Amino acid sequence: MDSATTAPQTAHTDKHSFDTRLIWRTFWVLTAITIFELGIAILYYETDFLPKHILNGVFIIMTLAKAFFIIAEFMHLRHEIKNLIMVVGVPCLLFLWFVIAFMSDGVSYRHLRNRYDRYQYEQSKTPVKKTENHEAKKPGVE
Amino acid sequence: MAQAVPAGQKWWSGGKSPFHVEYGKLMMWFFLMSDAFTFGALLISYGTIRMSSNSWPNPNEVFKTFPIVGEMPVPLAFVSLMTFILIMSSVTMVMAVGAGQNNDRKAVLKWLFFTILGGLAFLSCQAWEWTHLHMEGAWWGRNPFMNIDGTQSSTNFTNYFFTITGFHGFHVFSGVIVNIIMFIMTWKGTFERKGHYLMIEKAGLYWHFVDLVWVFVFTCFYLL
Repeated sequence: MDSATTAPQTAHTDKHSFDTRLIWRTFWVLTAITIFELGIAILYYETDFLPKHILNGVFIIMTLAKAFFIIAEFMHLRHEIKNLIMVVGVPCLLFLWFVIAFMSDGVSYRHLRNRYDRYQYEQSKTPVKKTENHEAKKPGVE
Repeated sequence: MAQAVPAGQKWWSGGKSPFHVEYGKLMMWFFLMSDAFTFGALLISYGTIRMSSNSWPNPNEVFKTFPIVGEMPVPLAFVSLMTFILIMSSVTMVMAVGAGQNNDRKAVLKWLFFTILGGLAFLSCQAWEWTHLHMEGAWWGRNPFMNIDGTQSSTNFTNYFFTITGFHGFHVFSGVIVNIIMFIMTWKGTFERKGHYLMIEKAGLYWHFVDLVWVFVFTCFYLL
């Protein structure tokens, strides 16, 4: 299909699909989520108020929410017809398998290695002494 | 393109695009999906390696510097600024697309200019961050940071950090180049003569995708 000839007719029917208010609302939602994430990250850094894995769950949900808003509103996918939404969305379901399979592979590898490679395990549990300033140890430096 | 679509429209009867978008835009979506899987592979491999490690450096300790304020620790402040810049430039890009749909050449130029500025600001921030980390001794194959529990850290952390933020930065860089080309074409009136600004929409999709990837990079490296 020649895009140059078919494009103009789709271009001018678009006019009312653009809504500035909706864009700014999306912007404020994204900013608010980011500030919220930052807030709990710093709160955790200062006070350890929640277990880290619960916090990680919150971060991942927040991230997916942000991704949804960017794709739906900024990339305009929510306002396209269902055929396009499906052809983009359905293949992305592969990510479900992708993430679950590889994360559990990583966990399983850690457990196996900790069990069978005891030397590595001991090493990874021994805190290194905090090395003082390397600069100070250089000869000729005060 | 959410315009009046007659109810009961037969999309697959032929003679028109069953996706109701222009060919180039559909192809841009497919390209972005493949790119999403490339980034997905990078980030998931980072996650796998991190899962297989007994401990990992604490991002709040590593990324706590900010230009000008010197040694004062401000965890995550700088990277949040970068996130804000990128979201902001996404908004200006949507405005450029919207102006293009109204065939408003002047407004397209204005918003594209702000988008390019935002992209350059983000790249400058990243350049500063990389320089700073490099001066602290971090680079591919070198990791000066301890794990969060005080044990010796491997170089996986810095390798993944520089590879993935570098790959993303490269995308931002090409996005800025694309936007500059769009700016010049708009300026010369190419789209006005064509009668539509669909090219801006494709550049816009790419630019938002860069923002989208950053959202995931931000979470994976700085928050988790």
